[in-house]
Amino acid sequence: MPAFEFFQTVPITDFLFGTEWAPLFADPEFGVLPLVSGTLVITGIACLVALPIGLLLTAMYLSEYAADKTRRTLKPILEILAGIPTVIFGFFALEFVTAVLLKNIWPQTEVFNALSAGLVMGVMIIPTVASLSEDAMSAVPRGLREGAYALGSSRRQVTLKVVVPAALSGIVAAFVLGVSRAIGETMIVAVAAGLQPNLSLNVFEGMQTMTSFIAAAGSGDQPTGSIGYQTIFAVGALLFLMTLVMNLFSIRMVRKYREVYE
Amino acid sequence: MTAVFTPIGDQVKQDLQDTGPPLKDRGFRWMLFAGLSVGIITLVALLVFVFLEGYPRLTPTLWQNMPSIRFPEKAGAQSAIMGSIWVIVTTAVICMPVGVMAAIYLEEYGNPTRRFDRIVEINIQNLAAVPSIVYGILGLGVIARAFALGQTVITAALTLSLLVLPVVIISSREAIRAVPQSIRAGSLALGATRWQTIWKQVLPASIPGIATGAILALSRAIGEAAPLLLLGAVTFITFNPDGLMSSYTVMPIQIYNWISQSREEFQVLAAALCILLLAILLVMNAFAIYLRNKFQRRW
Repeated sequence: MPAFEFFQTVPITDFLFGTEWAPLFADPEFGVLPLVSGTLVITGIACLVALPIGLLLTAMYLSEYAADKTRRTLKPILEILAGIPTVIFGFFALEFVTAVLLKNIWPQTEVFNALSAGLVMGVMIIPTVASLSEDAMSAVPRGLREGAYALGSSRRQVTLKVVVPAALSGIVAAFVLGVSRAIGETMIVAVAAGLQPNLSLNVFEGMQTMTSFIAAAGSGDQPTGSIGYQTIFAVGALLFLMTLVMNLFSIRMVRKYREVYE
Repeated sequence: MTAVFTPIGDQVKQDLQDTGPPLKDRGFRWMLFAGLSVGIITLVALLVFVFLEGYPRLTPTLWQNMPSIRFPEKAGAQSAIMGSIWVIVTTAVICMPVGVMAAIYLEEYGNPTRRFDRIVEINIQNLAAVPSIVYGILGLGVIARAFALGQTVITAALTLSLLVLPVVIISSREAIRAVPQSIRAGSLALGATRWQTIWKQVLPASIPGIATGAILALSRAIGEAAPLLLLGAVTFITFNPDGLMSSYTVMPIQIYNWISQSREEFQVLAAALCILLLAILLVMNAFAIYLRNKFQRRW
């Protein structure tokens, strides 16, 4: 409801296409684009980490190469990674990835930067995407693999040319779910990426995302009905819509996929 | 002249042993393994780094003293630890019965071909993937402001209950589904009503599974900081909560507060509290795994 009140004060086009974000200043600007771009840049970095490593390599190894015993030890280890509170990931991103690694490799890195937040977030979503896409690959019927082996394929060929294409819809679903988790992640970006709205693609600079804006604005006590309070709901509604669309898409992909193979 | 015969079978064996999988395939295997290691190496690096950083402050003052902004050497996190316990216990009391009841309805009474039940199912799947901060907004707008419960333990617990409810429902459903139909059929055949069957047969058999899922859900709630940022936990609190309507702070928020301080001592303090939080999570997860292994029955 406060989101509706917000759009009575601020035209929706200003909100969606404005490039200045300063809602709590005396001369407020309500262009959400810097927040969206910050979110997308950091999510993009996370995807660059999680897509090849989590989706493809880890899942392929666990599903096609690992012996049963190896899989049963490795999967719980990855699940520990998924269970670590995100504020601890944020601490790790700020104090280790930025301070120890990035500062030494690229000295121009700012204290708060999108790169470390994105990298750590990528690692954070690896378990989610890896275990979901491993499920999808394991569900590919044995017959398909055996057929390919019988024709003389090697394990690599079976994995790349038979299993992955057959499990593709499940893999895409896992990936989309991972992206939607990355978009909604708050603590890592609030800690490591800074609170400066920044319409830029320079990953060494700090950026504010939609989630970290909500966190920052919400931790101050915004009186009910004030524009600051309504802004939280407007940004929250946009965030919710973005993730909802992705989740629905992902659930639908999984269902479709099940119809094919069961 | 005697010809030296190599038996043909041996020759084939020799050939097979020599070739092995082609280089490309072996390389591919190593690439996959390297990909897998990234996750594990990061995990190890994170644990080692947090431990080394926080170890010097892992002293009894950490849980004996209250937070302090001016004296990092004397600061502790007792109010945050007590706050976490209050919030988590309240969350468990709220979300367990609701989650289990919902799961029983969906598994035992629900009908997947009915429109209403299908919509509920899709909704639950969707809710499980909604960003946690959106739950924080909901808690702020509805529970804290519209219900006027303010920034209190009960507001936090209600919000976290909503957040973990889908997880509780999904895992309880799986536990209930694992009880074989023959148990239900046997009970019904002996003249038990539907409710007696559920209460006396299905529920006792599925309790280990439900408990495991619940502990995992609560361990998610205890590490959750984002929604509570909106619900007042971020204020500087130097007393333990004394009731449901008391203001509070929790461990992840205290960590966040300390990280935001510029002085180096506070970073160490944050790391020490991270170790404590990780230790609590480890105990909870180990307990869940123990429950699962000890009581898991194969039918």
